[in-house]
Amino acid sequence: MATLEIRDLHVTVEADNATKEILKGVDLTVKQGETHAIMGPNGSGKSTLAYSLAGHPKYTVTGGTVTLDGEDVLEMSVDERARAGLFLAMQYPVEVPGVSVSNFLRTSATAVRGEAPKLRTWVKEVKEAMERLNMDASFAERNVNEGFSGGEKKRHEILQLELLRPKVAILDETDSGLDVDALRIVSEGVNRVRETGEVGTLLITHYTRILRYIKPDFVHVFSGGRIVESGGAELADKLENEGYEAYAKLDGADTKGGVSA
Amino acid sequence: MAEAQNSPTSGIAPAGGRPPVGSTTAGQIAVAAESTVATRMSAPPSFDVADFPVPHGREEEWRFTPLERLRGLHDGTAVATGEGVKVAVEAPEGVLVELVDRDDARLGRAGAPVDRVAAQAYSAFEKAGVVTVPKETVLTEPIRITVHGEGGVSYGHQVVELGAFAEAVVVIDHTGDAVLAANVDYVLGDGAKLTVVSVQDWDDKAVHVAQHNALVGRDATFKSVVVTFGGDLVRLHPRVTYAGPGAEAELFGLYFTDAGQHQEHRLLVDHNVPHCKSNVVYKGALQGEAAHAVWIGDVLIEAKAEGTDTYEMNRNLVLTDGARVDSVPNLEIETGEIVGAGHASATGRFDDEQLFYLMARGIPADEARRLVVRGFFAELVQQIGVDDIEERLLARIETELKATV
Ligand SMILES: Nc1ncnc2c1ncn2[C@@H]1O[C@H](COP(=O)(O)OP(=O)(O)O)[C@@H](O)[C@H]1O
Ligand SMILES: [Mg+2]
Repeated sequence: MATLEIRDLHVTVEADNATKEILKGVDLTVKQGETHAIMGPNGSGKSTLAYSLAGHPKYTVTGGTVTLDGEDVLEMSVDERARAGLFLAMQYPVEVPGVSVSNFLRTSATAVRGEAPKLRTWVKEVKEAMERLNMDASFAERNVNEGFSGGEKKRHEILQLELLRPKVAILDETDSGLDVDALRIVSEGVNRVRETGEVGTLLITHYTRILRYIKPDFVHVFSGGRIVESGGAELADKLENEGYEAYAKLDGADTKGGVSA
Repeated sequence: MAEAQNSPTSGIAPAGGRPPVGSTTAGQIAVAAESTVATRMSAPPSFDVADFPVPHGREEEWRFTPLERLRGLHDGTAVATGEGVKVAVEAPEGVLVELVDRDDARLGRAGAPVDRVAAQAYSAFEKAGVVTVPKETVLTEPIRITVHGEGGVSYGHQVVELGAFAEAVVVIDHTGDAVLAANVDYVLGDGAKLTVVSVQDWDDKAVHVAQHNALVGRDATFKSVVVTFGGDLVRLHPRVTYAGPGAEAELFGLYFTDAGQHQEHRLLVDHNVPHCKSNVVYKGALQGEAAHAVWIGDVLIEAKAEGTDTYEMNRNLVLTDGARVDSVPNLEIETGEIVGAGHASATGRFDDEQLFYLMARGIPADEARRLVVRGFFAELVQQIGVDDIEERLLARIETELKATV
């Protein structure tokens, strides 16, 4: 069974000629089939955790370990991590002009699966996955994320999740900026992947709203660059009622603003 | 991709984001009574090199060009050497291939030299090549002209003439090492169709400066494809004028500018006749320290050119730090009675975020870069319409990418 183990992870970024520590000792274990929700205020370091796991070059790991099935993830390049089974659905997916969605998906699937998918079955697979996410067929011919609406970008991320079948999926605020219909469609996509039982899910969110569609097994409160409390699904209800203020004293992060929206 | 955009309507200031470091995108649509495209040149066109002062580098037409790398083509110090360049012509049956003296009446009919180096070439060449496709002759195989540099200095003149309703594809291949200045004339009779592909696949040290003059006959179709990969300095100046209404010109260009290379493409389309069309699309990728691409697109719609339909576009993709692009579209309109006129220039950067996104989907870095560059050029390559050239281009792009990544 695939397991992602994060131990005492410390991460810094360079900003304004200064080194700033963002992650201050994160501990977390995500097993295949489990869903962990990470909830925290803006600026608490959630995206930093996601990017660091994926290997974004802006983030420097200064301490701790990350392993996937015992393999040292931090030693791997970004593409190696993806091929090893890590997937990051980004909060702000990047536009790649000149590269069509269909070409991108096929190149990516070929890389991750280790061989080019058979054209006939592949076309069908993509078409069906797109239909399930309410994506028009014309999408495939557009350039990656170019001119996509917020909702289209997120659907495109989940489309990739469905096609790439990772061992561990990190979803960074996939719910942000979605209207209720889009949220439902995207959540259904995530649930289809979860129901295979083959993926461990790390669901990063600012709001409790998405947890009505995707039921987590564990909820972790993230504040000041570390996990400050862990519990079951009931912890989300507590956050919904009380907000992040209770955790404000633990760090200087922005804890204002509602949790439910 | 961070883009410096110049849309047909937005005019001068780059909108829609900051251009990447080391790029300039200027551009304007001027409605003028008198052409500034013509008056910007420091001297009127002439076949005589003595009519042009030696450039010092601040002239409008020379300000982007590193004169010191012209190896004397601009100041009279580059003296032709015997075996500078070998030219071979391979033509299907029915095509007339000649080598003529400079007094031949067919030379220089498509346009006079507009700058000192072109005039130097005209004043200094020994024999000119003339390739004639007689009227109503439709070729099924391309005419191939190979120009191979043997390391010397050379001045050349080539004429390609199509009679009325003739159809031909001409591929001109430049390889080897040379210091070459040349003029190439394309004369299209009424209803003729000519596609010319000029490939600059020079060795690293080559210097190549050429003016291409096309005179496009009534209802004729001219397609120019310029492909520049090699050379230390390549400066090409494709120009189009029309001999009758109903004519169409397409100017396509593709360049891949590597570290240290200077590749400059200056275009002029002079809509001097009513009811003609022009479409200009140039795309370039740059990588490496001091790679410098320059694109100047001048389109002039003269007062008498009613019913003109024109569009010009230049796009650049900067793959690494240290590369520089100067892109200047100029559209000058002297009549409002036109079908359409527009220009666009955009320089984008393949940045770390795009690379990260593709790699985060399992795609290795070199393949990610290839994906982006192939996508960038794909549409343009498809428009070339000469199969073996398309394949060769795609293969060459792959080699270019492997070289530096
Ligand atoms: N690439 C970066 N450069 C500079 N500072 C960053 C960068 N990424 C994150 N930070 C800083 O790290 C902190 C946490 O940001 P982030 O991880 O995006 O939080 P969250 O996703 O929880 O809102 C913020 O103070 C933010 O400004
Ligand atoms: Mg975030």
